[in-house]
Amino acid sequence: MFDLLRLMFAFIIMPGFLFTAVVGLLATWVDRKVTARVQYRQGPPWFQPFADLAKLLGKETIVPEGAAKAVFLGAPLIGLAGATLVSTIIWMVNFSHGVTFIGDLIVVLYLLTLPSLAIIFGGSASRNPLSAIGASREMKLILAYELPFILAVFTVVLRTGSIMFGNILGYQLANGMMIQSCSGLIAFLVALIVVQAKLGVVPFDIPEAEQEIAAGALLEYSGPALAVYKLSRAMMYFILPVLLITLFMGGIDLSFWGGIAWFIIKYVIILTLIILIKNTNPRLRTDQAVRFFWGPVTALAAIGFILAMVGW
Amino acid sequence: MLKKIFTWGLKKSLWVYHAGASACNNCDIEILDLLTPKFDVERFGIVLVGSPRHADVLLVTGVANRQTAPRLKNLYDQVPNPKVVIAIGSCACSAHMFRDSYNYVKPIDEIIPVDIYLPGCPPKPEAMIDAVVKLLGKIK
Ligand code: SF4
Repeated sequence: MFDLLRLMFAFIIMPGFLFTAVVGLLATWVDRKVTARVQYRQGPPWFQPFADLAKLLGKETIVPEGAAKAVFLGAPLIGLAGATLVSTIIWMVNFSHGVTFIGDLIVVLYLLTLPSLAIIFGGSASRNPLSAIGASREMKLILAYELPFILAVFTVVLRTGSIMFGNILGYQLANGMMIQSCSGLIAFLVALIVVQAKLGVVPFDIPEAEQEIAAGALLEYSGPALAVYKLSRAMMYFILPVLLITLFMGGIDLSFWGGIAWFIIKYVIILTLIILIKNTNPRLRTDQAVRFFWGPVTALAAIGFILAMVGW
Repeated sequence: MLKKIFTWGLKKSLWVYHAGASACNNCDIEILDLLTPKFDVERFGIVLVGSPRHADVLLVTGVANRQTAPRLKNLYDQVPNPKVVIAIGSCACSAHMFRDSYNYVKPIDEIIPVDIYLPGCPPKPEAMIDAVVKLLGKIK
């Protein structure tokens, strides 16, 4: 009974849903603020994402005529659940390396596709041609980026010899951060580019493409359903960098204050990199994105993988 | 309490959708001006969205003619409640000099309910910001 309560607490409040949501929303604010500063603007106040969310939750949800209602309304929840679960798993491992199970890395890899799958489901269920285009673009994007991403993650697996987060963290504790080695650095760069695509931000915001297909897969969503999508997007802003930190930068040590500060520094570095890439690049076309991921990025990831094999 | 939070959210985050009902394009340009870094309305949480489903505010420009009038009505119905409509430009407010045109049907506010009239040919971005401030005072 007590165990169950503790699990519920971990999932819903800390470090699961609530914690990730709040920090993620703040991260989207940082994103918007930095973007504004890059464009010499003032930018929105810090509570902007919270106001957006509060407003969306109060609005009406319209289900388009002829849409598959259950899928249309259920898809955002699937995405949110996936994001929450990933966050809980990664954080619990970082709290104590013992809370790991065989293959949790693989589980996280699968769960991370859930938010994207939710977008595909929702887009296809909404019976709008533009949403369908958005969904199909998202599908192509997933096909494109999963290959280099898996290669990059398995570079880490190869070096640490384990598919458990606990052991990966332990290895980095003993032998220094992954990113300090040649292959680790390459894998990190590849993973960073993939994270850009997983977040669906410029240059890979192809599925949303506000200017050409309105808002793509999210076009027909309104009110709370849209809020749930925005929320899971915001949570990904927090989770994906934390995943990168866990895999490549030695994780999070919360046992002393310096560890927390060190974590925040790492997080801010990754977030800034993401935002800068976002603000200095135009959107790619679908074919360009696929070629980019399957060409140079996969090649880079393969080089990293080979380097890891020879032990660099 | 919940209502209060929602109203606060609505005041701080107005997402606008630009419905051009065949304007002469000048009002549209001024709206685009409004969204440029110079005026930076994102400070107040105002964002241009690409889908009427995401919108809270409908910015209507131009005179409704036989082609656009039914579509404007359709568009209005697609915006989830609660919603507001701002008629931007003399055209949208009163049909302006196109009143006697052969394809003019009826004023915008007879097609959809208009909350704020913002005359001018075209109105300045400052006037639009002023209109939105007045609108915020109206939301309760
Ligand atoms: S009000 Fe003037 S500027 Fe605006 S659409 Fe009409 S004619 Fe053009």
